[in-house]
Amino acid sequence: MSTEPETPLLDSGFRHRDRSVQPRLLWPEYKSTLNRAPTQPLVPLSPTLSEITGPTFSPQEIDLADRDLLKNARIDRDPLGERTLLTGRVIDQDGTPVCATRIEIWQANAAGRYQHASDNYQAPLDPNFSGYGCCLTDELGNYEFLTIRPGPYPFANGANTWRPSHVHFSIFGPAFATRLVTQMYFEGDPLIRDCPMLGSIPDRSAQSRLVAAFDMERSRPFDCLAYRFDLVLRGPKQTHFENRPDGL
Amino acid sequence: MSKDPLHHETSSQTVGPFVHIGLYPTVSGILARSRTYGNQLATTHAYGQRIRVEGQIIDGNGETVRDALLEFWQADGLGRYAHPADPQAESADAGLSGFGRSVTDPDTGTWTLESIKPGTVRDLNQRPMAPHINLALFARGLNIHLHSRIYFDDEVKANALDPVLQQCVPAPRRQTLIARRKEPTQDPCVYRFDMVLQGKNETVFFDL
Ligand SMILES: [Fe+3]
Repeated sequence: MSTEPETPLLDSGFRHRDRSVQPRLLWPEYKSTLNRAPTQPLVPLSPTLSEITGPTFSPQEIDLADRDLLKNARIDRDPLGERTLLTGRVIDQDGTPVCATRIEIWQANAAGRYQHASDNYQAPLDPNFSGYGCCLTDELGNYEFLTIRPGPYPFANGANTWRPSHVHFSIFGPAFATRLVTQMYFEGDPLIRDCPMLGSIPDRSAQSRLVAAFDMERSRPFDCLAYRFDLVLRGPKQTHFENRPDGL
Repeated sequence: MSKDPLHHETSSQTVGPFVHIGLYPTVSGILARSRTYGNQLATTHAYGQRIRVEGQIIDGNGETVRDALLEFWQADGLGRYAHPADPQAESADAGLSGFGRSVTDPDTGTWTLESIKPGTVRDLNQRPMAPHINLALFARGLNIHLHSRIYFDDEVKANALDPVLQQCVPAPRRQTLIARRKEPTQDPCVYRFDMVLQGKNETVFFDL
Protein backbone atom coordinates (compact mmCIF):
# COMPACT_ATOMS: atom_id res chain seq x y z
CA MET A 1 0.00 0.00 0.00
CA SER A 2 1.50 3.34 -0.99
CA THR A 3 1.63 6.14 1.52
CA GLU A 4 -0.14 9.38 0.73
CA PRO A 5 1.92 12.55 0.49
CA GLU A 6 1.89 14.61 3.67
CA THR A 7 -0.61 17.42 3.90
CA PRO A 8 1.37 20.08 5.73
CA LEU A 9 -1.22 21.99 7.70
CA LEU A 10 -3.82 19.68 9.16
CA ASP A 11 -2.08 16.32 9.34
CA SER A 12 -0.46 17.24 12.61
CA GLY A 13 -3.81 17.71 14.29
CA PHE A 14 -4.85 20.38 16.72
CA ARG A 15 -3.39 21.78 19.88
CA HIS A 16 -4.40 19.75 22.86
CA ARG A 17 -7.66 20.95 24.39
CA ASP A 18 -6.61 22.92 27.45
CA ARG A 19 -9.02 21.59 30.07
CA SER A 20 -8.05 24.31 32.56
CA VAL A 21 -10.17 26.79 30.61
CA GLN A 22 -12.97 24.29 30.10
CA PRO A 23 -15.75 23.62 32.62
CA ARG A 24 -15.54 20.67 34.95
CA LEU A 25 -17.86 17.87 33.86
CA LEU A 26 -18.87 17.14 37.44
CA TRP A 27 -19.99 20.36 39.11
CA PRO A 28 -22.44 19.72 41.98
CA GLU A 29 -23.65 23.34 42.06
CA TYR A 30 -25.16 22.57 38.65
CA LYS A 31 -27.28 19.62 39.70
CA SER A 32 -27.83 18.07 36.28
CA THR A 33 -24.13 17.17 36.15
CA LEU A 34 -24.46 14.79 39.11
CA ASN A 35 -26.11 11.99 37.13
CA ARG A 36 -24.68 12.79 33.74
CA ALA A 37 -21.00 13.66 34.04
CA PRO A 38 -18.82 10.64 33.21
CA THR A 39 -16.98 9.34 36.25
CA GLN A 40 -14.09 7.73 34.33
CA PRO A 41 -11.34 9.97 33.01
CA LEU A 42 -11.61 10.82 29.31
CA VAL A 43 -9.47 8.49 27.18
CA PRO A 44 -6.72 10.39 25.32
CA LEU A 45 -6.89 10.03 21.54
CA SER A 46 -4.41 11.69 19.20
CA PRO A 47 -6.52 13.08 16.38
CA THR A 48 -6.62 10.90 13.26
CA LEU A 49 -8.11 11.74 9.89
CA SER A 50 -11.50 11.13 11.52
CA GLU A 51 -11.01 14.03 13.93
CA ILE A 52 -9.09 16.52 11.79
CA THR A 53 -11.85 16.45 9.19
CA GLY A 54 -15.39 17.67 9.65
CA PRO A 55 -18.31 19.18 7.80
CA THR A 56 -17.67 22.13 5.49
CA PHE A 57 -20.25 24.78 4.69
CA SER A 58 -21.36 26.66 1.65
CA PRO A 59 -23.02 30.09 1.61
CA GLN A 60 -25.75 28.66 -0.65
CA GLU A 61 -27.00 26.60 2.30
CA ILE A 62 -27.52 29.62 4.52
CA ASP A 63 -30.39 32.07 4.17
CA LEU A 64 -29.24 35.58 5.10
CA ALA A 65 -32.60 36.10 6.83
CA ASP A 66 -31.48 33.72 9.58
CA ARG A 67 -29.00 36.28 10.93
CA ASP A 68 -31.92 38.61 11.64
CA LEU A 69 -33.99 37.13 14.45
CA LEU A 70 -36.21 40.21 14.41
CA LYS A 71 -37.46 39.06 11.02
CA ASN A 72 -36.89 35.34 10.50
CA ALA A 73 -39.98 34.31 12.49
CA ARG A 74 -41.97 37.51 12.08
CA ILE A 75 -45.70 37.09 11.50
CA ASP A 76 -47.27 40.52 11.88
CA ARG A 77 -44.84 42.72 13.83
CA ASP A 78 -41.30 42.74 15.18
CA PRO A 79 -40.72 40.74 18.38
CA LEU A 80 -40.95 42.58 21.70
CA GLY A 81 -37.73 43.43 23.49
CA GLU A 82 -34.54 45.45 23.31
CA ARG A 83 -33.24 45.48 19.76
CA THR A 84 -29.71 44.12 20.04
CA LEU A 85 -26.82 43.69 17.63
CA LEU A 86 -24.40 40.85 18.41
CA THR A 87 -21.11 41.00 16.56
CA GLY A 88 -17.78 39.28 16.92
CA ARG A 89 -14.95 37.49 15.30
CA VAL A 90 -13.92 33.85 15.29
CA ILE A 91 -10.18 33.15 15.34
CA ASP A 92 -8.08 30.14 16.21
CA GLN A 93 -5.50 30.06 18.97
CA ASP A 94 -2.85 31.53 16.66
CA GLY A 95 -5.11 34.45 15.75
CA THR A 96 -5.95 33.14 12.29
CA PRO A 97 -9.53 34.02 11.26
CA VAL A 98 -11.91 31.07 11.01
CA CYS A 99 -13.75 31.77 7.76
CA ALA A 100 -16.98 30.35 6.33
CA THR A 101 -17.76 28.36 9.41
CA ARG A 102 -21.31 27.82 10.57
CA ILE A 103 -22.59 29.59 13.69
CA GLU A 104 -25.97 28.59 15.09
CA ILE A 105 -27.56 30.45 17.99
CA TRP A 106 -30.64 29.97 20.10
CA GLN A 107 -32.14 32.01 22.91
CA ALA A 108 -35.18 32.80 25.00
CA ASN A 109 -37.45 35.71 24.09
CA ALA A 110 -37.44 39.06 25.91
CA ALA A 111 -39.56 37.58 28.71
CA GLY A 112 -37.18 34.67 29.27
CA ARG A 113 -39.33 32.02 27.57
CA TYR A 114 -38.16 29.55 24.92
CA GLN A 115 -40.26 28.39 21.99
CA HIS A 116 -39.96 24.81 23.16
CA ALA A 117 -42.47 22.20 24.33
CA SER A 118 -40.58 21.49 27.55
CA ASP A 119 -40.28 25.12 28.65
CA ASN A 120 -43.08 25.63 31.17
CA TYR A 121 -41.99 28.97 32.62
CA GLN A 122 -45.07 31.16 33.09
CA ALA A 123 -43.63 34.07 31.06
CA PRO A 124 -45.38 34.56 27.70
CA LEU A 125 -44.32 33.29 24.30
CA ASP A 126 -43.82 35.82 21.53
CA PRO A 127 -45.46 34.60 18.30
CA ASN A 128 -43.07 36.74 16.26
CA PHE A 129 -39.89 35.27 17.71
CA SER A 130 -38.43 31.76 17.43
CA GLY A 131 -35.01 32.39 18.96
CA TYR A 132 -33.27 30.50 16.15
CA GLY A 133 -30.42 32.06 14.17
CA CYS A 134 -27.76 30.85 11.77
CA CYS A 135 -24.97 32.39 9.70
CA LEU A 136 -21.51 31.77 8.27
CA THR A 137 -18.46 33.78 9.29
CA ASP A 138 -17.06 36.01 6.54
CA GLU A 139 -13.52 35.98 5.11
CA LEU A 140 -12.20 37.82 8.20
CA GLY A 141 -13.98 35.48 10.61
CA ASN A 142 -16.63 38.08 11.47
CA TYR A 143 -20.27 37.38 12.20
CA GLU A 144 -23.32 39.48 13.04
CA PHE A 145 -26.80 38.76 14.41
CA LEU A 146 -29.65 41.16 14.94
CA THR A 147 -31.96 40.01 17.73
CA ILE A 148 -33.67 41.04 20.94
CA ARG A 149 -31.97 40.76 24.29
CA PRO A 150 -33.19 37.54 25.94
CA GLY A 151 -34.72 37.73 29.40
CA PRO A 152 -33.39 35.86 32.42
CA TYR A 153 -35.33 32.77 33.47
CA PRO A 154 -35.55 30.48 36.50
CA PHE A 155 -34.54 26.85 36.35
CA ALA A 156 -34.87 23.81 38.57
CA ASN A 157 -31.54 23.63 40.36
CA GLY A 158 -31.66 25.23 43.80
CA ALA A 159 -34.52 26.87 45.68
CA ASN A 160 -34.26 30.07 43.65
CA THR A 161 -31.84 29.76 40.75
CA TRP A 162 -31.96 32.04 37.71
CA ARG A 163 -30.06 31.99 34.45
CA PRO A 164 -28.49 35.30 33.48
CA SER A 165 -29.55 36.61 30.07
CA HIS A 166 -27.65 34.48 27.57
CA VAL A 167 -27.46 33.37 23.97
CA HIS A 168 -26.40 29.79 23.12
CA PHE A 169 -23.68 29.66 20.44
CA SER A 170 -22.75 26.59 18.38
CA ILE A 171 -19.69 26.74 16.17
CA PHE A 172 -17.79 24.21 14.06
CA GLY A 173 -14.40 25.43 12.88
CA PRO A 174 -12.36 23.37 10.41
CA ALA A 175 -12.72 19.92 11.99
CA PHE A 176 -14.78 17.68 14.24
CA ALA A 177 -12.04 18.28 16.83
CA THR A 178 -12.69 22.03 16.91
CA ARG A 179 -16.41 21.70 17.61
CA LEU A 180 -17.60 24.04 20.35
CA VAL A 181 -20.92 24.96 21.93
CA THR A 182 -21.08 27.68 24.54
CA GLN A 183 -23.19 30.51 25.93
CA MET A 184 -22.71 34.25 25.65
CA TYR A 185 -23.61 36.51 28.58
CA PHE A 186 -24.22 40.27 28.72
CA GLU A 187 -21.85 42.70 30.46
CA GLY A 188 -23.29 44.13 33.66
CA ASP A 189 -25.89 41.42 34.29
CA PRO A 190 -26.09 40.96 38.10
CA LEU A 191 -27.10 37.29 37.70
CA ILE A 192 -23.71 36.38 36.20
CA ARG A 193 -22.06 36.34 39.62
CA ASP A 194 -24.06 33.40 40.95
CA CYS A 195 -24.57 31.40 37.77
CA PRO A 196 -23.76 27.74 38.54
CA MET A 197 -23.09 26.95 34.89
CA LEU A 198 -20.58 29.75 34.42
CA GLY A 199 -19.14 28.75 37.80
CA SER A 200 -18.28 25.30 36.42
CA ILE A 201 -15.35 26.94 34.61
CA PRO A 202 -12.52 27.00 37.15
CA ASP A 203 -10.61 29.87 35.53
CA ARG A 204 -12.07 33.30 36.31
CA SER A 205 -10.66 35.02 33.26
CA ALA A 206 -12.01 32.21 31.06
CA GLN A 207 -15.42 32.89 32.60
CA SER A 208 -15.13 36.58 31.82
CA ARG A 209 -14.39 35.82 28.17
CA LEU A 210 -17.95 34.49 27.85
CA VAL A 211 -19.31 37.89 28.86
CA ALA A 212 -19.95 40.02 25.77
CA ALA A 213 -18.80 43.63 26.08
CA PHE A 214 -21.29 46.43 25.62
CA ASP A 215 -20.18 48.15 22.41
CA MET A 216 -21.47 51.72 22.12
CA GLU A 217 -19.50 52.31 18.93
CA ARG A 218 -21.37 49.65 17.03
CA SER A 219 -24.74 50.60 18.41
CA ARG A 220 -26.98 52.08 15.72
CA PRO A 221 -28.70 55.41 16.43
CA PHE A 222 -32.46 55.02 16.90
CA ASP A 223 -32.11 51.31 16.07
CA CYS A 224 -30.23 49.01 18.44
CA LEU A 225 -27.56 48.63 21.12
CA ALA A 226 -24.57 46.38 20.41
CA TYR A 227 -22.57 43.73 22.24
CA ARG A 228 -19.34 42.14 21.11
CA PHE A 229 -18.50 38.46 21.59
CA ASP A 230 -15.31 37.02 20.10
CA LEU A 231 -14.64 33.29 19.96
CA VAL A 232 -11.40 31.29 19.84
CA LEU A 233 -11.24 27.75 18.47
CA ARG A 234 -8.40 25.26 18.85
CA GLY A 235 -5.50 25.99 16.51
CA PRO A 236 -3.46 23.58 14.41
CA LYS A 237 -0.28 22.26 16.04
CA GLN A 238 1.77 23.67 13.19
CA THR A 239 0.96 26.79 11.28
CA HIS A 240 2.02 28.11 7.92
CA PHE A 241 3.79 30.93 9.70
CA GLU A 242 6.43 29.10 11.74
CA ASN A 243 9.29 30.60 9.76
CA ARG A 244 8.05 34.13 9.45
CA PRO A 245 10.46 36.79 10.72
CA ASP A 246 9.61 38.76 13.83
CA GLY A 247 7.23 41.61 13.31
CA LEU A 248 5.30 40.10 10.42
CA MET B 1 10.50 33.11 15.06
CA SER B 2 7.33 34.86 15.92
CA LYS B 3 6.14 33.87 19.36
CA ASP B 4 2.82 35.60 19.72
CA PRO B 5 1.13 34.42 22.88
CA LEU B 6 -1.44 31.75 22.17
CA HIS B 7 -5.08 32.64 22.62
CA HIS B 8 -7.08 30.46 24.96
CA GLU B 9 -9.80 28.35 23.45
CA THR B 10 -13.28 29.68 24.32
CA SER B 11 -14.85 27.79 27.21
CA SER B 12 -17.75 25.46 26.54
CA GLN B 13 -21.13 25.66 28.25
CA THR B 14 -23.96 23.15 28.30
CA VAL B 15 -26.51 23.14 25.47
CA GLY B 16 -29.26 22.94 28.09
CA PRO B 17 -32.68 21.35 27.52
CA PHE B 18 -33.75 23.65 24.68
CA VAL B 19 -30.93 22.70 22.30
CA HIS B 20 -33.42 21.73 19.60
CA ILE B 21 -34.29 25.35 18.84
CA GLY B 22 -30.81 25.99 17.53
CA LEU B 23 -29.55 22.61 16.37
CA TYR B 24 -32.70 20.62 15.47
CA PRO B 25 -35.29 23.35 14.94
CA THR B 26 -38.08 21.20 13.46
CA VAL B 27 -38.57 19.58 16.89
CA SER B 28 -39.58 23.01 18.20
CA GLY B 29 -41.86 23.63 15.26
CA ILE B 30 -39.39 26.10 13.76
CA LEU B 31 -39.02 26.17 9.99
CA ALA B 32 -35.42 27.21 9.49
CA ARG B 33 -34.69 28.89 6.17
CA SER B 34 -31.09 27.69 6.19
CA ARG B 35 -29.99 24.09 5.73
CA THR B 36 -30.53 21.92 8.77
CA TYR B 37 -29.08 18.49 9.53
CA GLY B 38 -31.10 15.42 10.37
CA ASN B 39 -30.55 11.73 10.95
CA GLN B 40 -30.69 10.61 7.31
CA LEU B 41 -27.15 10.82 5.99
CA ALA B 42 -27.39 8.73 2.84
CA THR B 43 -29.40 9.46 -0.29
CA THR B 44 -30.61 6.50 -2.36
CA HIS B 45 -27.52 7.05 -4.54
CA ALA B 46 -25.00 6.59 -1.75
CA TYR B 47 -22.60 3.68 -2.20
CA GLY B 48 -22.40 1.14 0.59
CA GLN B 49 -24.25 -1.16 2.95
CA ARG B 50 -27.34 0.58 4.26
CA ILE B 51 -27.44 0.70 8.06
CA ARG B 52 -29.63 1.98 10.81
CA VAL B 53 -28.12 2.58 14.23
CA GLU B 54 -30.37 3.12 17.21
CA GLY B 55 -29.75 3.50 20.89
CA GLN B 56 -30.48 5.08 24.19
CA ILE B 57 -28.39 7.01 26.70
CA ILE B 58 -28.52 5.92 30.32
CA ASP B 59 -27.66 8.29 33.17
CA GLY B 60 -26.22 7.53 36.60
CA ASN B 61 -29.67 6.73 38.02
CA GLY B 62 -30.32 4.18 35.30
CA GLU B 63 -32.77 6.54 33.66
CA THR B 64 -33.01 7.25 29.95
CA VAL B 65 -31.78 10.66 28.79
CA ARG B 66 -34.57 12.24 26.74
CA ASP B 67 -33.13 15.66 25.90
CA ALA B 68 -29.81 14.81 24.24
CA LEU B 69 -28.53 15.74 20.81
CA LEU B 70 -26.01 13.58 18.94
CA GLU B 71 -23.79 14.58 16.05
CA PHE B 72 -22.27 12.12 13.61
CA TRP B 73 -19.33 12.49 11.27
CA GLN B 74 -18.35 9.63 9.00
CA ALA B 75 -16.45 8.62 5.90
CA ASP B 76 -18.20 7.36 2.77
CA GLY B 77 -18.50 3.70 1.79
CA LEU B 78 -14.93 3.72 0.49
CA GLY B 79 -13.41 5.46 3.51
CA ARG B 80 -13.24 8.99 2.13
CA TYR B 81 -14.07 12.17 4.07
CA ALA B 82 -15.49 15.12 2.15
CA HIS B 83 -12.96 17.52 3.68
CA PRO B 84 -9.77 19.12 2.32
CA ALA B 85 -7.54 17.33 4.86
CA ASP B 86 -8.44 14.01 3.22
CA PRO B 87 -6.32 13.48 0.07
CA GLN B 88 -9.26 11.55 -1.41
CA ALA B 89 -11.79 14.30 -0.68
CA GLU B 90 -12.41 15.12 -4.34
CA SER B 91 -13.75 11.66 -5.09
CA ALA B 92 -15.85 11.46 -1.90
CA ASP B 93 -19.40 10.19 -2.46
CA ALA B 94 -21.72 13.13 -3.15
CA GLY B 95 -24.67 10.90 -2.25
CA LEU B 96 -23.67 10.91 1.40
CA SER B 97 -23.76 13.76 3.89
CA GLY B 98 -20.86 12.83 6.16
CA PHE B 99 -22.41 14.95 8.91
CA GLY B 100 -25.76 14.46 10.60
CA ARG B 101 -27.66 14.92 13.82
CA SER B 102 -30.19 12.99 15.85
CA VAL B 103 -32.09 13.73 19.03
CA THR B 104 -33.35 11.35 21.68
CA ASP B 105 -37.11 10.95 21.51
CA PRO B 106 -38.77 12.91 24.37
CA ASP B 107 -41.03 9.91 25.15
CA THR B 108 -38.87 6.84 24.50
CA GLY B 109 -35.35 8.26 24.78
CA THR B 110 -34.34 6.41 21.60
CA TRP B 111 -32.26 8.05 18.88
CA THR B 112 -31.75 6.68 15.38
CA LEU B 113 -29.34 7.22 12.52
CA GLU B 114 -29.85 6.10 8.92
CA SER B 115 -26.72 5.91 6.83
CA ILE B 116 -24.33 3.56 5.05
CA LYS B 117 -21.54 1.70 6.78
CA PRO B 118 -18.35 3.76 6.38
CA GLY B 119 -15.32 2.23 4.66
CA THR B 120 -11.81 1.87 6.02
CA VAL B 121 -9.97 5.08 6.90
CA ARG B 122 -6.24 5.05 7.58
CA ASP B 123 -4.78 6.78 10.61
CA LEU B 124 -1.89 9.21 10.31
CA ASN B 125 0.57 6.28 10.42
CA GLN B 126 -1.31 4.66 7.52
CA ARG B 127 -2.70 1.87 9.69
CA PRO B 128 -6.24 0.88 8.72
CA MET B 129 -8.95 1.84 11.19
CA ALA B 130 -12.03 -0.36 11.39
CA PRO B 131 -15.26 1.16 10.06
CA HIS B 132 -16.51 3.66 12.60
CA ILE B 133 -18.77 6.67 12.98
CA ASN B 134 -17.48 9.61 15.01
CA LEU B 135 -19.92 10.90 17.54
CA ALA B 136 -20.34 14.00 19.69
CA LEU B 137 -22.90 13.96 22.50
CA PHE B 138 -24.55 17.12 23.83
CA ALA B 139 -27.11 17.37 26.63
CA ARG B 140 -28.31 19.30 29.62
CA GLY B 141 -25.88 18.53 32.42
CA LEU B 142 -22.91 18.07 30.09
CA ASN B 143 -20.82 21.21 30.50
CA ILE B 144 -18.78 20.21 27.47
CA HIS B 145 -19.75 17.74 24.75
CA LEU B 146 -18.42 14.18 24.80
CA HIS B 147 -16.61 12.55 21.88
CA SER B 148 -17.01 8.85 21.19
CA ARG B 149 -16.95 6.37 18.28
CA ILE B 150 -19.39 3.76 17.03
CA TYR B 151 -17.75 0.52 15.79
CA PHE B 152 -19.62 -2.55 14.47
CA ASP B 153 -19.63 -6.04 15.98
CA ASP B 154 -19.65 -7.76 12.57
CA GLU B 155 -16.22 -6.28 11.78
CA VAL B 156 -14.37 -8.67 14.05
CA LYS B 157 -11.10 -8.77 12.11
CA ALA B 158 -10.95 -5.04 11.44
CA ASN B 159 -11.79 -4.22 15.05
CA ALA B 160 -8.96 -6.50 16.23
CA LEU B 161 -6.52 -4.44 14.15
CA ASP B 162 -7.97 -1.01 14.87
CA PRO B 163 -5.25 1.19 16.38
CA VAL B 164 -7.66 3.30 18.44
CA LEU B 165 -9.57 0.37 19.94
CA GLN B 166 -6.41 -1.66 20.54
CA GLN B 167 -3.98 1.03 21.68
CA CYS B 168 -6.04 3.83 23.25
CA VAL B 169 -8.92 1.98 24.85
CA PRO B 170 -8.39 -0.37 27.83
CA ALA B 171 -9.47 -3.90 26.86
CA PRO B 172 -12.35 -4.23 29.36
CA ARG B 173 -13.96 -1.04 28.02
CA ARG B 174 -13.69 -1.74 24.28
CA GLN B 175 -17.12 -3.35 24.07
CA THR B 176 -18.71 -0.01 25.06
CA LEU B 177 -17.76 1.33 21.61
CA ILE B 178 -19.17 -1.56 19.57
CA ALA B 179 -22.68 -1.50 18.13
CA ARG B 180 -24.46 -4.89 18.15
CA ARG B 181 -26.14 -6.07 14.99
CA LYS B 182 -29.75 -7.09 15.36
CA GLU B 183 -30.42 -10.36 13.54
CA PRO B 184 -31.81 -11.21 11.13
CA THR B 185 -32.13 -7.83 9.41
CA GLN B 186 -30.29 -7.37 6.11
CA ASP B 187 -31.31 -4.15 4.39
CA PRO B 188 -30.76 -2.00 6.20
CA CYS B 189 -28.59 -3.70 8.78
CA VAL B 190 -29.85 -2.53 12.16
CA TYR B 191 -27.41 -1.99 15.00
CA ARG B 192 -27.97 -1.15 18.62
CA PHE B 193 -25.60 1.30 20.33
CA ASP B 194 -26.49 2.27 23.88
CA MET B 195 -24.39 4.70 25.84
CA VAL B 196 -23.93 4.69 29.61
CA LEU B 197 -22.85 7.96 31.20
CA GLN B 198 -21.82 6.67 34.63
CA GLY B 199 -20.91 3.46 36.39
CA LYS B 200 -19.70 -0.02 35.62
CA ASN B 201 -20.37 -0.09 31.89
CA GLU B 202 -19.59 3.57 31.31
CA THR B 203 -19.05 4.33 27.63
CA VAL B 204 -15.56 5.43 26.61
CA PHE B 205 -15.39 9.14 25.86
CA PHE B 206 -12.28 10.59 24.25
CA ASP B 207 -10.12 13.59 24.96
CA LEU B 208 -9.19 14.43 21.36
FE1 LIG C 1 -30.62 28.76 27.88
